[in-house]
Amino acid sequence: MRRADYVVKRVGAAILTTYVAVTVNFIIFRALPGTAVTNMSHVPDSGLGLQRALAREFGLNHSLLTQYGLYLWQLLHLNLGVSFDNQQPVVSNLATDLLNSIPMVTLATVFSVLLGIATGVIAAWRRDTALEHVSVVPALGFYATPVQWLGMIIIILFSSYLPTTGRTDPYLINPTFIQHWADVMEHMLLPSLTLGLVLYGQYTLIVRSAMLETMGEDYVLTAKAIGYSNGRIVRRFAFRNAMLPVVSVIALSLGFIVGGAILVETVFNWPGIGYAVYQAVLERDYPMLQGAFLLLTVSVIVCNLLADLVYFKLDPRISAR
Amino acid sequence: MIPVEQPALVETFDEDPAPAVSASPARQLWRTVRHSPSASIGAGLLLVLILVAILAPVIAPFGPNTQAGAPFTPPSARHLLGLDDGGYDVLSLLMYGLRVSLLVGFAATLISSLVGTVVGIVAGYFGGFVDGLFMRVTDYFLVIPLLPFMIVVADVWGANLLHIIVVIGALSWTMTAVVIRAQARTIRERTFVRRAQAMGAGHTRIIARHLLPQVMPLVVANTVLNISYAIFTETALAFLGLGDPTQISLGTMIEHAFLRADISEGAWWAVIPPGALVAIIVIACSLLGRAIEDSLNPRLRTAHLSARVFRVRPTRPRNPGRTG
Repeated sequence: MRRADYVVKRVGAAILTTYVAVTVNFIIFRALPGTAVTNMSHVPDSGLGLQRALAREFGLNHSLLTQYGLYLWQLLHLNLGVSFDNQQPVVSNLATDLLNSIPMVTLATVFSVLLGIATGVIAAWRRDTALEHVSVVPALGFYATPVQWLGMIIIILFSSYLPTTGRTDPYLINPTFIQHWADVMEHMLLPSLTLGLVLYGQYTLIVRSAMLETMGEDYVLTAKAIGYSNGRIVRRFAFRNAMLPVVSVIALSLGFIVGGAILVETVFNWPGIGYAVYQAVLERDYPMLQGAFLLLTVSVIVCNLLADLVYFKLDPRISAR
Repeated sequence: MIPVEQPALVETFDEDPAPAVSASPARQLWRTVRHSPSASIGAGLLLVLILVAILAPVIAPFGPNTQAGAPFTPPSARHLLGLDDGGYDVLSLLMYGLRVSLLVGFAATLISSLVGTVVGIVAGYFGGFVDGLFMRVTDYFLVIPLLPFMIVVADVWGANLLHIIVVIGALSWTMTAVVIRAQARTIRERTFVRRAQAMGAGHTRIIARHLLPQVMPLVVANTVLNISYAIFTETALAFLGLGDPTQISLGTMIEHAFLRADISEGAWWAVIPPGALVAIIVIACSLLGRAIEDSLNPRLRTAHLSARVFRVRPTRPRNPGRTG
């Protein structure tokens, strides 16, 4: 069966890559020289009991090989150690941060995908006219700006209209359900806008290239010779086929968005995964760093796998290698 | 092919479509840059920026370490972009920062392009087991996250420019390798390569004399695009505090603007220029790189649905006496 074959192969490759990523993570954080990095039981402000428990769970007094084995075993039990910052398990910290990050990143992605596809199609269709330049130039501009700098510019421009820091208003006491979520949405607008603008720039360029390639194909010429109108050709033929590479590229970039959100969340103090990474970098909170980067790497691998499978499902020309 | 002449609104295809003798890839590359407006703009901008960077010690009005006045002084005739949080002239810092950023960008891209091209060509040309091996290695390099790697390097070996360059180069060669490998695989199947193989040419000769010239334009396009990626990455690393503390780069300028309360002081003259300059560099590299890439893709020239009408010139007849 073609489908099962391909899916199994891809999932197998993804699992293997995950294993390598986990090992690389271990090597970077535990096995390299430098004692500060390697001792995860030295949680500041913690009791001896906690330190002893950690040393036992992760085998910190044993050989590197034992540590590696215990690391994998604890990983399967979702135990990533205790954060140096707030003495809480790394996994629960990451879970809270992930839940904060996802709505903001989703809003940015939806905005950028819709706008990017629209402008990309327009730019390709109206090639070499003024409309194309009007579409492409802002996209190129936003794509080229460093996202943290764009965030600062947006703060300067909008600071008197919308909140620019954090996720909630600290002075909003005992809010109702609606008030609380309206407050969160208000705070989410600017960070999502920043991330969305940079992503939209990238997507416009990709969609434009894909559409141009598709519009040069022979079947488009045939359709035009048959007598279909330009609009019908774009809607029924060109757009669908151009979306194929676009979908896979978007799925691929989803994995990296979580990492790119580091800069946006830092600028806007949005308490998500990216901000947690930034704080952990500043404070050299190694268990948090290790956990966060494992999460980021695994999300990249998962998104790559999803992109592969989606592309495989949409494109009937691909057969299992 | 019947030459198609239509009443053209504007002649849009001004590049020679079919010369009598096909030009070498290098000459095609030069022709592309010369004729495409976006490529010329990009190349021109890059040249100007490189010149400014090289001449920075000569043309910068103040040194990078000279305190020229009170912090957060607004722009004036003497200080065209005002002073930043430490009292340094922003315009001069911009020029010196451009130097460092371009240095990091070019050096890191040199590493990544070299490694990526070699890996791509070897994997694409030899195929089979070698290809599989290199692709596995590429996959595993792809999953090494940049930030923790840089953090550990910064902690254990220190964060200086050399380490930053090596880290960026070592983690971005995979992008080049994948693209070059795809191209090498296509070229390997072409007739002239098969012919050379049949005539007994060895691997080295085929790679050096046949494969490499065909792959070069793609390598150039990829290198140019990688430069912008490297500069972006340097900016991100500096923003997170992992840059070289002894050097001023555009990334560290943005970091200082964020951390040292420039926004709340309203000192937009210290916030806007470094990011704008990074954007200009990236736009220049993108225009140039994409123009070269587009020129390698003949399908992009013919868009059957475009609003304008393309005028396809007849091929030049070899013998003027005969009808073409």
